[in-house]
Amino acid sequence: MSNDAVANAGDTASHQGAKRHGPPVKRLMAPAVLFLMVWMIVPLAMTVYYAFENYNLMMPTMRGFAGLGNFEILLTDGTFWAALGHTLTLVMACLAITVSLGLVLALLFNKTFLGRGVARTLAISPFFVMPVVTGLLFKNMLLHPVYGIVSWAMRTLGFEPIDWFAHYPMFSVILMISWEWTPFALLILLTGLQSLPEDQIEAVRLDGASRLQEFRHIVIPHLGQVLYVVVMLESIFFLTSFAEIYATTSGGPGTATTNLPYYIYQNAFFQYDIGLSSAAAIAAVILANIFAFFLIRFVAGNLNAGGQR
Amino acid sequence: MAVVELKGVAKNYGGAHKNAKAANAVENFNLTTRDGEFIVLVGPSGCGKSTTMRMIAGLEANTDGEIRIDGRDVSQVAARDRDIAMVFQSYALYPHMTVYDNMAFALSLKKVPKNEIEQRVNDAAGILDITHLLDRKPRALSGGQRQRVALGRAIVRDPQVFLMDEPLSNLDAMLRVDMRAEIIKLHRKLGVTTFYVTHDQTEAMTMGERIVVMRDGHIQQIDTPNALYHAPNNVFVAGFIGTPSMNFLKMTLGGDGKTLTGQTAHMVASSERQLIEAHKGRDLMVGVRPEHLILTTDETAANVIKGEIDVVEPLGSVTMVQLEVDGHRITAQLEGDTSVRMGDSIVLTCDSARLHLFDADTEQALPRHEHRTETA
Repeated sequence: MSNDAVANAGDTASHQGAKRHGPPVKRLMAPAVLFLMVWMIVPLAMTVYYAFENYNLMMPTMRGFAGLGNFEILLTDGTFWAALGHTLTLVMACLAITVSLGLVLALLFNKTFLGRGVARTLAISPFFVMPVVTGLLFKNMLLHPVYGIVSWAMRTLGFEPIDWFAHYPMFSVILMISWEWTPFALLILLTGLQSLPEDQIEAVRLDGASRLQEFRHIVIPHLGQVLYVVVMLESIFFLTSFAEIYATTSGGPGTATTNLPYYIYQNAFFQYDIGLSSAAAIAAVILANIFAFFLIRFVAGNLNAGGQR
Repeated sequence: MAVVELKGVAKNYGGAHKNAKAANAVENFNLTTRDGEFIVLVGPSGCGKSTTMRMIAGLEANTDGEIRIDGRDVSQVAARDRDIAMVFQSYALYPHMTVYDNMAFALSLKKVPKNEIEQRVNDAAGILDITHLLDRKPRALSGGQRQRVALGRAIVRDPQVFLMDEPLSNLDAMLRVDMRAEIIKLHRKLGVTTFYVTHDQTEAMTMGERIVVMRDGHIQQIDTPNALYHAPNNVFVAGFIGTPSMNFLKMTLGGDGKTLTGQTAHMVASSERQLIEAHKGRDLMVGVRPEHLILTTDETAANVIKGEIDVVEPLGSVTMVQLEVDGHRITAQLEGDTSVRMGDSIVLTCDSARLHLFDADTEQALPRHEHRTETA
């Protein structure tokens, strides 16, 4: 009670202060807003502009308005549709793996055990490895058919080693990206778990709930908001994964791991077709928006209600 | 409704603690309730009262002794199977559920039919006057309303035992007095055996049928409020129960077994109290409550405490004065219209029957009745 009173008093005081002295909020915000405009709106506008242009760096003289030409090529290109499919597969699979694995690990790390601090740091460390380094690590040290640890382990156990990136390229990429991002989910979900008041768990136990019911009715709703953040941020990053693919499969074999960002990169910097890659970039923006829209709907509808206090 | 028996219950947190005192949170706790009794556990923070309650709830395992509910030993029974409802200090309402769902939750886990749940929740809500809040989420409620919901969640289950862990300490003073009365009314109505933990002795005195005073993990005394006030077992209980606290003076018992002499104060123990031989000529702690001290001008009275007032607190109905006597701080509660000022020298007296006598070394009360004169 007294705490509330103090907080309220503080609030009113600062409100009054704001009115009296009136910091120039708009002017103070202007640089940041301006920066964001230049940073986002200008490139976006240029991309839109190029998408409607015939613009290939190899044929600088053949510039001019293309109408919907670039989009026509794009939509009839089988590789584009494949890339779209790969992007969705990648995002969904990685989300499923990182969130569920992250949740399990978070539940484990929420218990006290000897050496928890060290174990936690180790568990989180993959997240601090740069994506390109992750790619090289997986390609050359873990999944390499000759030098990889996995191959060594398989040989030791009497199995035939597998060239993972050649035979299971998508699986390997998903594995790699999940390895990288599970710590992120773990970290955020663990923070969420640790903010769950102990007495609520006790209350629900006294109310007669089993461990499973406790998890379903208390822990998951409590984590709602946090799960939302994890899913949101991770899908943004998964939609744009590039470096890991660049460093390992280069979108291959064939186009087996070519996702949208890689498709755009290839068109822009191998085909030098700025027009087409801009059109693909627009498609990527639209995809991201659709994704975000459904995601927000889904997550908000299912979980959001629980997280707020 | 049930009889709760605690026999030699102890909680030891193990040798990891630096001192043995902290490791032994509760020791040798013995108590048997009547069916439907309202028991208050009271004591300063860290005395083990909450730990005791949590052991009854099953939230912590007792390391020794046994806890029986209606004869069944529940020491090894999980919290969820003990059929105990608890009201937490922080209320611990489920934030994502409405008030209705909060109250219905335990019943729905038990697979009680929907219409019966509705009936019971509505009944409980009616009793607590929260029917209009049933659709709200806890965050939209005030502290007092949350408190009612927490009570509602407990009573809707119709459990064997209620546990209340300082349920009123987050409420403001006015509301606390109201809720206090309401919880007592509720208890009368439902007749469920209740354990109530508090550090507030006023709450304990007003609510408890019997009060367990605890200190450092040990029971100091289990008694009715009246008995605690009039016949405290030891110096701790005497000082803990009653506001303002009892005054203590160190005095020497004379050879006649009646006269008590301090440096300046002198008193005569009441004549029907035959003091035991063993204490003759020895130091005693003499306790007298502030409300039993009377202002007098008669310095030759049997019981006299003299001193110079150094604090005056006029409260309207009464005036509190404090003085330093023989190195002890003495508080006296005088009539509201007494005209005393700081620096006044006054003489205080009291009825000999109001004196409490304690052994100065063991701090235990001296026996009050003639037939109990032999004590080690």
